[in-house]
Amino acid sequence: MKIKILFFGITKDITNKSNLELEFSENKDINYLVGLLEERYPKFLSVNGFSVAVNEEYVERDIILKNNDIVAIIPPVSGG
Amino acid sequence: MKKNISIKITSKKLSLQTCYNFVQDDSCGGIAVFVGTVRNKTKGKEVIKLDFSAYEPMAIKEMNKIAQQALDKFAIYKIAIHHAMGILKIGEVPVIITVSSSHRKAAFEACQFAIDTLKETVPIWKKEYFEDGEVWVNSHP
Repeated sequence: MKIKILFFGITKDITNKSNLELEFSENKDINYLVGLLEERYPKFLSVNGFSVAVNEEYVERDIILKNNDIVAIIPPVSGG
Repeated sequence: MKKNISIKITSKKLSLQTCYNFVQDDSCGGIAVFVGTVRNKTKGKEVIKLDFSAYEPMAIKEMNKIAQQALDKFAIYKIAIHHAMGILKIGEVPVIITVSSSHRKAAFEACQFAIDTLKETVPIWKKEYFEDGEVWVNSHP
């Protein structure tokens, strides 16, 4: 299945891109995806934690991804 | 969108008058206003400018949630939450929140709740620029 990942703030600078498409097998959760990203971009580990949103809603790390999900990596927010 | 909520993300200059006019009503005894302004220093270090960016569709959703929660939790009439994007210089305004209510306490409390929650949950980021570099706020341990 195919997942689209969006990067913002510091993670956009680390990856040098605003989005990325990944294909992997079914029944994978957010933890799995985060693991893949940390492997590909070791500097993610230096970020002061990040949240994850799927289809514009914050989610826990154990939810299972579905085909065509849009996953946003949300580094610590600093609006206002 | 609900008629008692005004949410906006824009790369144009924010208008305090627009936010004020949206919440003003003859049934209300007061309007609480929070205006965020770009400070010239962070931890003693001189700041040149800030650059704001957002995951815009989600930020709009989260700002709407905050406004709805404020309406549910406090006896307020209307609320506006507007946030600016892009480069802002010292003294310029990244955020305006206005809240109207029959009695002032609810407006003060809702206004504080709205800005505190916005800073925790809304996917907006700022990069601070100094003479000798730049940093994403809150992103480094």
